[in-house]
Amino acid sequence: MTGATENLAEMEQVAGPGEILEVSMGPHHPSTHGVFRMDVRLEGEKVVRLKPVFGYLHRNHEKIAEKGAYLAAIPYTDRLDYLCSMTNNWGYVLAVEKLAGIAVPERAEYLRVIVAELTRFQNHAGLTGFLLQDMGASGTPLMYAFREREKILDLFESLSGARMMCNYMRFGGLRVDATPAWLEEVRQLVGRLPRFVDEFEALLRGNEILMARTQGTGVLSRELAINAGVTGPMLRATGVNYDVRKVDHYGIYDRFSFKVPLGDHGDVYDRYMMRILEMRETVKILEQALRDVPGGPVMDPKVRLRGLRPKVGEAYGRIESPKGELGFFLISDGTGNPYRYRVRPPSMINLTVLEDMCLGQNVADVVVTLGSVDIVLGEVDR
Amino acid sequence: MSAGPGVVPALPAVEEIKARIEAAVPGAQVTVIPNGSPSGQHSLVLDCAHARAAAEFLRDDPGLRLDFCSLVTGVDWLDTETSEKIKVKKKVAGPDGVEQEQEVEEVRKTKTPGYLEAVYHLFSMEKKHGPVVVRLRTANRAEGTHVPSLTPVWRSAEFQEREAFDLYGIVFDGHPDLRRILMWDGFVDFPMRKDYVPPADDILETGVAGAEVNP
Repeated sequence: MTGATENLAEMEQVAGPGEILEVSMGPHHPSTHGVFRMDVRLEGEKVVRLKPVFGYLHRNHEKIAEKGAYLAAIPYTDRLDYLCSMTNNWGYVLAVEKLAGIAVPERAEYLRVIVAELTRFQNHAGLTGFLLQDMGASGTPLMYAFREREKILDLFESLSGARMMCNYMRFGGLRVDATPAWLEEVRQLVGRLPRFVDEFEALLRGNEILMARTQGTGVLSRELAINAGVTGPMLRATGVNYDVRKVDHYGIYDRFSFKVPLGDHGDVYDRYMMRILEMRETVKILEQALRDVPGGPVMDPKVRLRGLRPKVGEAYGRIESPKGELGFFLISDGTGNPYRYRVRPPSMINLTVLEDMCLGQNVADVVVTLGSVDIVLGEVDR
Repeated sequence: MSAGPGVVPALPAVEEIKARIEAAVPGAQVTVIPNGSPSGQHSLVLDCAHARAAAEFLRDDPGLRLDFCSLVTGVDWLDTETSEKIKVKKKVAGPDGVEQEQEVEEVRKTKTPGYLEAVYHLFSMEKKHGPVVVRLRTANRAEGTHVPSLTPVWRSAEFQEREAFDLYGIVFDGHPDLRRILMWDGFVDFPMRKDYVPPADDILETGVAGAEVNP
């Protein structure tokens, strides 16, 4: 996990003796959003080298999943990105459905979209709050965001029994159906969400400190973003139009009309704006899904949940999680547990370019840049 | 019912991609591995000597433009042993002490050496197609666990190849910074391998705190 590979003496030759300061930021630091460390070398306040160090929460999630049945992995996926268990569930069940050729009932597809978009909304609201907290806006924006997030989590609780570890989806459908009363509650909440986004934006837009701290900070170029496999709002902030919901049309995303917001500069400000704009698009998808949700079953009764034994083969299924492309790669050897189970964790791969974004910046901007990546260590470390 | 796995018409079939690689990279040997699952994601095995050039071709070819390497991972395929019963003629001492030729059943065992595999899932952000699955195989699971690194072609492989090195012991030649990433530096084994045995460091079993955890 550790290791300084570059020669400190060489750096000092350029900067002067004793001019390079080594700082270990983390693992216990409020801005790392968990246990995450950065080995930073500074010349004055300027960052000259930065190596992310992680693995503190490593529990070998993949090995655990390979030892259990296909069904048994679903609750473990909740704990990857523990703020977005619904989308983690979806990524995994989508991969199993591809592997075994399972179809999903119409109503389940709509409910999946509804819970996934609610998840996206609360993730983006929370992230924006945390990002502003990192910039010194102590508490207020974060509490505004959490007020709304709490309402969404209450809905998840009344639907699945758990606020965060929902364990809600199954290959071939969903664990339980939503009641008409629940759908009505969601409709009422979704009706209020645009006002929240307006209020949130009005609180922040034009704030001088926000502009000064974010514009031109942590710039990522389009070419590097593509080559380094950066996905999600961070990729789209550089202007690359790539959203798995639009590219793969997984589930029923081809039925909804929504836009993919794109940035231009690839800096922290654009990444922040991506989240605000995506929240607005999410509300549009939710309104359409809630309008069209049909009746019917939410689970294909022919699917063998407990004794699933897919044919020998492999499948890669991916979705657009709030943090980027979340993928699951499964190899079946014909037995009841996966021979290979692999998660493509978007927030870990987005960290690949952290050093590139921070070099030459002030050390205080590292905190802001990291905050704009949107990492959750449960997913980075697995 | 929802649509099945999306088939992107712009992406040529694996056989055609194989032919194109072999035409563009002289000497490259590409093998198609069919996939029996309904996902229909067949894969291509590249030979290690030409993998870098083939990867650059896949990335830069105007018809493919696989500019986005989404997923990199390791897979462990164990040594396999197949046994078959065969009949052989042998001279056996009979009950009266005289050697007689007799047909005896023998079990013949054939060992196939296992290998480690690095799997790359490639997509195109420009053309919005994919995945093309590319695999690199090591010679065996013991000393010859080397494959060429594709990090110089796709930066996104940097951390993921480190992870495959960390958990599977695949050595990626040409990787700029090949270190353990999730396990700590002093760790010696490769926990994702199929024959990995966890250390007996359970305090309830050994009665010693910290035994074998940090040798």
